[in-house]
Amino acid sequence: MSQAVDEIKIGGLGASRKRVEDSRFIRGKGNYTDDIVLPGMLHMEILRSPLAHARIKSIDASKAWDVPGVHLVLTGEMMATRNLAWMPTLSYDTQAVLATDKVRFQGQEVACVIADDPYIAKDACEAIVVDYEPLPAIVSPAQAVADGAPVIRDDKENQPDNVIYDWEVGDRAGTDRAFEQADVVSRLKLHYPRSHPSPIECCGSIADFNRATSKLTVYMTTQAPHIIRAAVAMVAELPEHMIRIISPDIGGGFGNKVPVYPGYVCSILASILLERPVKWIEDKSGNLISTGFARDIYLDGEMALRKDGKILGVRMHCDADHGAFFSDAQPSKFKIGLLHSAFAAYDIPAAHLTARGTYSNKAPGGVAYRCSFRVTEAMFFQERMVQAAADDLGMDQAAFRRLNFVRDDQFPHRTPFGFLLDSGQYGKCLDVGLRAIDYDNFREQQREARERGRLLGLGISTMTEPLGAGNSREYDILGIKMFDSADLKVHMTGKAIVRTGARGQGQGHETTWAQIVAHELGIPAEDVVVEEGDTDTAPFGMGTYASRSTPVAGAAVAMVARKIRAKARKLAAHLLEVSEEDIEWELGRFYVRSAPDRGVTIQECAIAAYSNMPDGMEPGLENTAYYDPPNLTWPFAVYIVTVEVDPQTGVWDVLKVAAVDDCGVRINPMIVEGQIMGGLTEAYAMSNMQFITFDADGNCVGSNYMDYLLPTAWETPGFELHSEVVTPCPHHPIGAKGIGECAAVGGPAAFVNAVIDALSGTGVRNIDMPLLPDRVWEALTYHRDVSGAPPVRSDD
Amino acid sequence: MTMVYADRGDDAEQIPVRRIKFTINGDKKIAEVEPRLLLSHLIRQGVGLTGTHMGCDTTNCGACTVLVDGKAVKSCTMLAVQADGREIETVEGLAGQSELHPLQEGFREEHGLQCGFCTPGMMMAAKALLARNPDPTEEEIRWALSGNLCRCTGYQNIVKSVLWAADKLRSEG
Repeated sequence: MSQAVDEIKIGGLGASRKRVEDSRFIRGKGNYTDDIVLPGMLHMEILRSPLAHARIKSIDASKAWDVPGVHLVLTGEMMATRNLAWMPTLSYDTQAVLATDKVRFQGQEVACVIADDPYIAKDACEAIVVDYEPLPAIVSPAQAVADGAPVIRDDKENQPDNVIYDWEVGDRAGTDRAFEQADVVSRLKLHYPRSHPSPIECCGSIADFNRATSKLTVYMTTQAPHIIRAAVAMVAELPEHMIRIISPDIGGGFGNKVPVYPGYVCSILASILLERPVKWIEDKSGNLISTGFARDIYLDGEMALRKDGKILGVRMHCDADHGAFFSDAQPSKFKIGLLHSAFAAYDIPAAHLTARGTYSNKAPGGVAYRCSFRVTEAMFFQERMVQAAADDLGMDQAAFRRLNFVRDDQFPHRTPFGFLLDSGQYGKCLDVGLRAIDYDNFREQQREARERGRLLGLGISTMTEPLGAGNSREYDILGIKMFDSADLKVHMTGKAIVRTGARGQGQGHETTWAQIVAHELGIPAEDVVVEEGDTDTAPFGMGTYASRSTPVAGAAVAMVARKIRAKARKLAAHLLEVSEEDIEWELGRFYVRSAPDRGVTIQECAIAAYSNMPDGMEPGLENTAYYDPPNLTWPFAVYIVTVEVDPQTGVWDVLKVAAVDDCGVRINPMIVEGQIMGGLTEAYAMSNMQFITFDADGNCVGSNYMDYLLPTAWETPGFELHSEVVTPCPHHPIGAKGIGECAAVGGPAAFVNAVIDALSGTGVRNIDMPLLPDRVWEALTYHRDVSGAPPVRSDD
Repeated sequence: MTMVYADRGDDAEQIPVRRIKFTINGDKKIAEVEPRLLLSHLIRQGVGLTGTHMGCDTTNCGACTVLVDGKAVKSCTMLAVQADGREIETVEGLAGQSELHPLQEGFREEHGLQCGFCTPGMMMAAKALLARNPDPTEEEIRWALSGNLCRCTGYQNIVKSVLWAADKLRSEG
């Protein structure tokens, strides 16, 4: 007699199961790209431009060819003869692989050397002589559109200036009417500085072209192997079935490892030419100055308010600096990602957004750095604007938000920009957050401290965001629809393997996908192995970024398990000798409705699928599901931060961080909390220290970890997490919502709002991130806003 | 082992090599290395122990942290020739034949890792800390690990992992 299994005991939904992948990582037995060594493998290094904008007069590589141990030197001219000097970007632009006519940002790829070892390749790069004619550099949208600005993309026809697009969304006329009715109009202008996802592992690839089989295998650091396969097929004009992309363990991605980079393309071409494996491993400076950056936009907006606190409408304008090539990785329908998700958490009748994108002499990229396509900028502006509006009205920060939240009974709720919010309990989350921070008491402490000259501040950020692209109706990249997939094979002995089109980089898919199978089938999670990242074995999918794995690939895992269960039910009916209609399911077991003691386990069904299937049934217990989500998932979060600002120095210390995340059903609470803490750290980083800027000549300040400050264990604050509120996603098969990035998206505004709150009474409305001590000190001392990209040292 | 180069018909300058002896995870080794070879490359490519990762090449990230004569060292900033006559310990030397080191257990129990790339360096830096301070406070752990960057976890669980290991090591005596 069989019995239903205990879900938590088998590591099912809700179990804080220890991670499967840790077993190899804690032993130093991970398999990252740089760990792979192939017979006869050569090494590639890239020569990069020292100048931000310059015409290339000549490249003399002859001395590089003379260095012993050098096998190949690639230049733009050689790439051009194979039609590979330029490649398409993910945003319908073109990007130089190796520069031919001009260099357009500091760090741009100019030449490659392939040699016996990386030391020789670096030596030979130094032997290449490039003669540059420097050109004026453009480092901001304002410079890009100024009269007489040099045209960066003179390689393109019909590109007379530096403007990439002018785009708008929302209801202009309706918004104008809302502003006419306003009692108060609140304004805010800010800059979200350029940042870089900066995983500790840099990018790299090993291309292995086998002339005998015509097969190209590429091991590489990619979050989206199937997209890469399609891109390689297009760019290198190789047949897609002869391309195998393998994404081994990835040492962090955060969006940085979504795009196609010139280094990948050059290693592939070099392997084809040399018929040997060619490894390229980027160094940190190369990673920071040339690969996918994030943010770098200027936002200017206003809010129409009734004097009782009701928001009537919002207007925003965005100037986005995309760098030298428009290569944002984002759904093609939207020019500035999902920036128009701003203000989604609030019930606002009218909204209008305009955006202008421009080129500059900065690295291209525009990746979703721990965010879902520009939602980080959207939520930051939203929560900074909301704080400014409440202050302008003289209203309490919490009360103003509560008054304008989308109410529980309004879901599904259509935002003025057209998104459909699925579910949420915003007020309840705010209650939990205010209790956690002891709101009323803190306000009292703040008043008392102020009397003694101490500056305490409290910042709130409340937000929802759209996670889990598609649906395929609206979301595609280069025309490829954004769905995802899972393939599940249940073996004869009831053990199983699941493969998905996603590719984790630390999110713990090997642990959590098995939990979903356990939840759906009752097979213990430890009996399910998870494999991702090999395009020859994984079903087609769009990869892992923008918090889409659980909403899309995770849903596909549940759906394929249900297909398996449907077949197992037929097998159970056969084994129990009853009709299928008489069969009931409980976790891990089918039984006869009228005789619950008579049952068979899922494992017994698995054996039958291979050894005792009914007449006419196709053997085996394997299937594949493609999941096209009906909508995005909308988690909600409340982040509340308290700080103390030192009026003498402008240094601010974090007193407490409370985070309330409602991300629906949590598959593995331990992993979810890990993700939230990682995101909060990014939020703290962004608000406090982490940014990339440029001097007037386009030199990147932030090209190494001495200049590009990442928080360490020493300065990173502790976090208090709350998971009391759970609103299951109504359209996701197991009720889960995206979570990986919420804290990085919503967190920064909580930190900044707290510092601005500490400065209340000084008239300071804005200090742009990062809130470095000198900027806070300047605001405090001179009672003025400190805005714009942080200034950099100059030689004047 | 040897390197084979293409014969280009000229007298290519000989690359100087030096012979060094060192111990790694208890095994005695001899190597012939270019004087400019980094210790991290000797460990990864020379010895073939790839658990020591390279993140930044500039002594900032700490992913390549190993122990040299018991002290935590960032192996990308030490030359292989400087390891002559010394004892090196890497992440591969942490576990015994059958059981994990308490630090390895601690990182798994307290979810102290996500992508796993910084983990070996974190554990080696923590090992050096616990050798000199078996009962560290949270603050002392945060300070001792401040040369090691992690982009995934936010450190809170790393600190817990080290506390977990310190507890276990003390109870084992």
